[in-house]
Amino acid sequence: MEDFVKFERIDKSYDGEVLVVKDLNVDIAEGEFLTLLGPSGSGKTTTLMMLAGFETPTNGEIFLKGTPISKIAPYERGIGMVFQNYALFPHMTVQENLAFPLEVRKVPKADAETKVKAALDMVELGEFGTRFPAQLSGGQQQRVALARALVFEPQLVLMDEPLGALDKNLREQMQYEIKHIHERIGITVVYVTHDQSEALTMSNRIGVFNDGVIQQLSTPDVLYEKPENSFVAQFIGENNKLTGTVKSVNGQYCEVDLDSGGSTKALKINVDSVGQKTQLSVRPERISVGADNAENQFTGKVEELIYLGDHIRVRLNVCGSNEFIVKISNEGNISFKEGDNVDVSWAADDIRALDL
Amino acid sequence: MEAHISTAEQVLLTTDGIPLKDSLKKTERRNKIKAFLLVFPLLLFIIVTFVVPIFDMLGRSIDDSQINQVYPKTFEEYGKWDKKADELPPEEVFKAIYFELGTGDKIMIGRALTRMNYSKSGWKSLIKKTQRQIKKDLKAETVITSYKDRLIEINEKWADRTYWYAMSQMINERTPIYYWNALDRTYDAEMNVVRQSEERRIYVKTWIKTFKVSVYVTFFCLLLGFPVAHLLANLPLRYSNLLMIFVLLPFWTSLLVRTTAWIVMLQQNGVINGVLVWLGILCDDCRIQMVYNETGTLIAMTQILLPFMILPLYSVMKVIPPSHLRAAANLGAKPFTAFIRVYLPQTVPGMSAGGLLVFVLAIGYFITPELVGGKDGQLIGHWIAYHLKTTLNWGLCAALGAILLGIMLILYWLYNRIVGIDNIKLG
Ligand SMILES: Nc1ncnc2c1ncn2[C@@H]1O[C@H](COP(=O)(O)OP(=O)(O)OP(=O)(O)O)[C@@H](O)[C@H]1O
Ligand SMILES: [Mg+2]
Repeated sequence: MEDFVKFERIDKSYDGEVLVVKDLNVDIAEGEFLTLLGPSGSGKTTTLMMLAGFETPTNGEIFLKGTPISKIAPYERGIGMVFQNYALFPHMTVQENLAFPLEVRKVPKADAETKVKAALDMVELGEFGTRFPAQLSGGQQQRVALARALVFEPQLVLMDEPLGALDKNLREQMQYEIKHIHERIGITVVYVTHDQSEALTMSNRIGVFNDGVIQQLSTPDVLYEKPENSFVAQFIGENNKLTGTVKSVNGQYCEVDLDSGGSTKALKINVDSVGQKTQLSVRPERISVGADNAENQFTGKVEELIYLGDHIRVRLNVCGSNEFIVKISNEGNISFKEGDNVDVSWAADDIRALDL
Repeated sequence: MEAHISTAEQVLLTTDGIPLKDSLKKTERRNKIKAFLLVFPLLLFIIVTFVVPIFDMLGRSIDDSQINQVYPKTFEEYGKWDKKADELPPEEVFKAIYFELGTGDKIMIGRALTRMNYSKSGWKSLIKKTQRQIKKDLKAETVITSYKDRLIEINEKWADRTYWYAMSQMINERTPIYYWNALDRTYDAEMNVVRQSEERRIYVKTWIKTFKVSVYVTFFCLLLGFPVAHLLANLPLRYSNLLMIFVLLPFWTSLLVRTTAWIVMLQQNGVINGVLVWLGILCDDCRIQMVYNETGTLIAMTQILLPFMILPLYSVMKVIPPSHLRAAANLGAKPFTAFIRVYLPQTVPGMSAGGLLVFVLAIGYFITPELVGGKDGQLIGHWIAYHLKTTLNWGLCAALGAILLGIMLILYWLYNRIVGIDNIKLG
């Protein structure tokens, strides 16, 4: 089957000096919820703008259902978009804002009215139709923007940090709503955020951006459990990093000499030769404290205990790093206190040798 | 119920037991006094140089008291004249005017003469001649039995009742005559408002022309200013700064210099005609008359008032996020539709502020039409200046000015009704 959207070797530069997006190749399937995640300035908005038609790729081509998108004017693409700042028209009421895409499409008036009403009900703003955007709260405006992007039933909707301005509660509620709408109407969504938890909870797949390059594009669980490079490991979830040099390579494992002394066996991910510097990455919840383990055993000094109810965060000084975090689920049997020395260990399958 | 009311009426107190409102007032009073002192010099200046003159002007436009000081007795007796019964005023009127002319203050009478001539030309020479003769009479201590006969003897115009009728316009200390004059109307012998004679109808024509020119100038400013303002608001900073300097450049050049420059450009032997002839587009004998007429006024005023349109427009356009047009396109609007439906409505506060500013400036414009307007490019300002300096008819000046002021107030009122004065955006 043909991909719904296909980025093929896309480069983008604004000034002819810096590439903001480099060699981007992404396929998006119909009905998918794809999130672009990355730090500020990494090129997420630029990518979205190229898809929506407000920026032209410097090189390469984007295909929409097999058609090169450069041949379709922005207003003919039929792509819904929620802008970073909503871009609601201030001189029109909520209803008029929603009716706008229908009017320009010459949808019959009666039809349009039903659709506007349905869209408003969908975002639970039924009684706000006659208000102006300025008379709505940020969250309500956000929902209007969402409704407006959906009311003309586009097959593809782009959302650029649509929840950026909302408080935590509302954000979570809206995440759920967007997800829900996506599942119900089966549209394709390309979503931009720099909030990783948002990306993890909502997406089918996540593309992690850095410096205009997609570092890894996969499902949330793969991204979290099997980061392919140190940027992704660091960016998604909490991560303990240790640095060292590859001593020996053995199948899919390798032996790494830590800079602080000692050595550990780790999964070989993107190191390939002996003598290479590497960054090791291990998740806090994959470390056991006090257990007797044959391999990868170290001692650490407890620096800080933070009680979080269901689990306890322990900050340790291990292998020369005093930012070493361990999460222990609270089973009522914590037997050490700050200042104690404890044994820490991890399985070789849980620690990944990545690039530096 | 009783208890409820009393709690509602209970006064809120501060911790020290002083009513909260008083305490608040006290703390705010200092700030208010400070603010007032800061604006006081300007306030005083504005009152002295702006508010007082305006009221003085409004007063002058209906004031007719000077002449009443010159002929108090005459006017009193005149009131008793039964115009239906007698053809000429009674003897007492003739007697009163005889002595008031003979013994009155020369300068005061002179000033009143100017006024008398507005209501009927001919008064001036009649009074001057009569005055001279009366002075001689008084010196010679001539015995006069009938002042009526004596005056008619001095000059037979005293027997012309049109002169006497004209006097009825001056009797009241307040008169609307200047306003009627400003609209090409006057009084006939029976004090009815009638149109001026054909050759004296100039003001209505000029008012209409003033309006027409102002509307055109506003329209052209909008037409020319809108794209420039749009460009200014959307160019990268580097270029927009340069463009802004070009927009502001006129402010740094004297108005007079700019106006004369237009004469050089537009006159028949001027730059534009020269170039057109040189290019062979015009023949040497058919050079276009572009200055010393309405066209010249239009061109020069449009150029001079253009910045007043561009700046408010620019300040409004600057804050319209570019994402609005993008959103419109994204929602399926073609560029033209997006412009009309999304961009244009958001510029309305700028268009109306600029339009109002340009129109109000244009309607009272003087120097430029005076210099490039020639004979038929003159606006109402020309006549105000003319009466102020040449005929010294200050009452008419004031009335013309007051009408101008009234038009502006009506415009502001309309603007407030339609757009809302809070929506005005000047920068
Ligand atoms: N119109 C433009 N002209 C020049 N450079 C631009 C322009 N827009 C963006 N850039 C640059 O391109 C880079 C990527 O910008 P982009 O807006 O795509 O980032 P982003 O990933 O969306 O960031 P954020 O999370 O802050 O929104 C940035 O370095 C930015 O400075
Ligand atoms: Mg962005």
